[in-house]
Amino acid sequence: MVSAPGPGASWSRTSDLDGRTPTRAATDGSGDRAVEPTAAGPPRLTRAVDGRLLGGIAAGLARHLGVDPVVVRLAFMALSVGGIGVAVYVALYFFTPLEETASEEEGGERSRRRGRDVSQLIAYVGLAAGIGVLFLLFGGVFDPFLWFLVFGALGGAILWRQANPAQRDEWMSSTVHRAGRRGLTRTGAGVLLIVVGVIGFLLFQQQLQEARAGLTFAFTLIAGISLVVAPWIVGLIRERDQERRERIRNAERAELAAHIHDSVLHTLTLIQRRAEDPREVQRLARVQERALRSWLYQRPADTETTVSPGLERVAAEVEEEHGVPIEVVCVGDCDIDDGLAAMLRAAREAMVNAAKYAGSDHISVFGEVEAEEVLVFVRDRGTGFDLDAVPDDRMGVRGSIIGRMERHGGAARLRTAPGEGTEVQLRMPRIPQL
Amino acid sequence: MSFSDGDAVPRVVIVDDHRLFRSGVRGELGDAVECVGEAGDVDSAVQVIGETRPDLVLLDVHLPGGGGVEVLRRVLAQHPQIRFLALSVSDAAEDVIGVVRGGARGYVTKTISGGDLAQAIVRVADGDAVFSPRLAGFVLDAFSATDAPPVDPELDRLTQREREVLRLIARGYAYKEVAKELFISVKTVETHVSSVLRKLQLSNRHELSRWATARRLV
Repeated sequence: MVSAPGPGASWSRTSDLDGRTPTRAATDGSGDRAVEPTAAGPPRLTRAVDGRLLGGIAAGLARHLGVDPVVVRLAFMALSVGGIGVAVYVALYFFTPLEETASEEEGGERSRRRGRDVSQLIAYVGLAAGIGVLFLLFGGVFDPFLWFLVFGALGGAILWRQANPAQRDEWMSSTVHRAGRRGLTRTGAGVLLIVVGVIGFLLFQQQLQEARAGLTFAFTLIAGISLVVAPWIVGLIRERDQERRERIRNAERAELAAHIHDSVLHTLTLIQRRAEDPREVQRLARVQERALRSWLYQRPADTETTVSPGLERVAAEVEEEHGVPIEVVCVGDCDIDDGLAAMLRAAREAMVNAAKYAGSDHISVFGEVEAEEVLVFVRDRGTGFDLDAVPDDRMGVRGSIIGRMERHGGAARLRTAPGEGTEVQLRMPRIPQL
Repeated sequence: MSFSDGDAVPRVVIVDDHRLFRSGVRGELGDAVECVGEAGDVDSAVQVIGETRPDLVLLDVHLPGGGGVEVLRRVLAQHPQIRFLALSVSDAAEDVIGVVRGGARGYVTKTISGGDLAQAIVRVADGDAVFSPRLAGFVLDAFSATDAPPVDPELDRLTQREREVLRLIARGYAYKEVAKELFISVKTVETHVSSVLRKLQLSNRHELSRWATARRLV
């Protein structure tokens, strides 16, 4: 952004908001879910710090493989039935390095996340205990009953996870489409697993025949209830979407209101207080206008490496320091090299001179980038002066404008006469781009 | 009829959605113009202009009901003799180029002083064009992109002289100063600027619109 910060905290608010957005995104994607797989391939296998339950093995492995940690955890649990899983876990714990903790910038956010999700840990312990009991009850790993129970439990676990509050928050967030689709596949997988588990269980209990009547009844009942409930659920979803849209709109409105409050209202207050000083009032108004403009037409911040925004930034600085409005018009653009940087400094000096000594109510700056050279004109309609009457030792014009331009291979010319204003013409050849 | 001789003052309608601004302009212009009507949105503007048939309309770019461009479209279809001077807080290229291509004969920002505005009104009412330094910069920029060969060389290129005139205007020179600088008469400067305006309005250079939309900045 070109303009200097407005009075008060006009920019702190926006930057604060800007800063908050990525943090929020990070929180959404945090917890124990896998880090997005990047184009650079899977990360090295490390023990995870974020979202670990025990030693961070499952979370780390999940990140490495690019799968959900739940899958890895359940796999470990399944393996543990025979005792192998525990051994593998312990071995990995000792042989895998701990994840290097990235930047500590996020401070509180990170330390909060580093804490283990105790409720989840309890859930897994409970699940393990249940599996152990079943193992004892049915005896033998290859008992099909057990496997169907495991299927059912898996499905149930996935469904329950779907319904946890963090997940629900994610549904409500603006990234609903992606999360929603993923949630849907998960729900589908969960239901499928439960159905397979239930049918398998019944089948192997030889009770399917007897259960058929009951099942038919149950399915009919479920279908009927679904028909009754579906419209209501659809309505709920619509309502939720509506509500979310409303919330986003409110957030935008709040941001706008905050910005207006911090910048415009603040400046208006200052103006009322300084009403007796027209120069200061004008300066405040210009600064605010500039800030608001660049906020409205948000110019990308990285373009300050080129001449046109560079010239506008210089003008904004001088305008703010000296309170004389400067209008900048620039045609064409190119990157700033050493010579052009010197030219911008010379242009700045010319603007400062015009603002300080000319007594002009406004300064025109025109920059033109041509194929071979860059031209800058700084013109005021002030008092002007007799060029011959200026002593040789006056540093301002000769040293910081003409001398500076000539040292970098450029040229500067001055046109002025008493009563006709002054125009400084700067000319700098462009170094051909390789 | 020429207003610059001082024989008559132009009859003006002010179209702006801020009443405060309308009365401010009215006060600043004083006796320099005869203000025959005001309007705050597109529909009432078209109606007032149709009823009063002014010499000139001071037109805000951003208006409820379709913007200044919509007023231009509807009024010029019926009264092509009415002249428009666009007046806006916006310096955005698409606004400037859009309203000039829509038929306005000049574009000035609202920060213009009362005296300069009166002068611009007289100039536009006389059929000449008024280019602010920024508009001149935009035109130079838009016409300098020469990747594609011009479709119609007469319309799609600026002459060397027109370029010189625009450059001086962009440097903040008044018409009189431009004339002095180039050793030509003020009338000739006005002719050049009107010619540039015609090219800007009629050229089909696709760069022009593309350029204006690509440069959504101040």
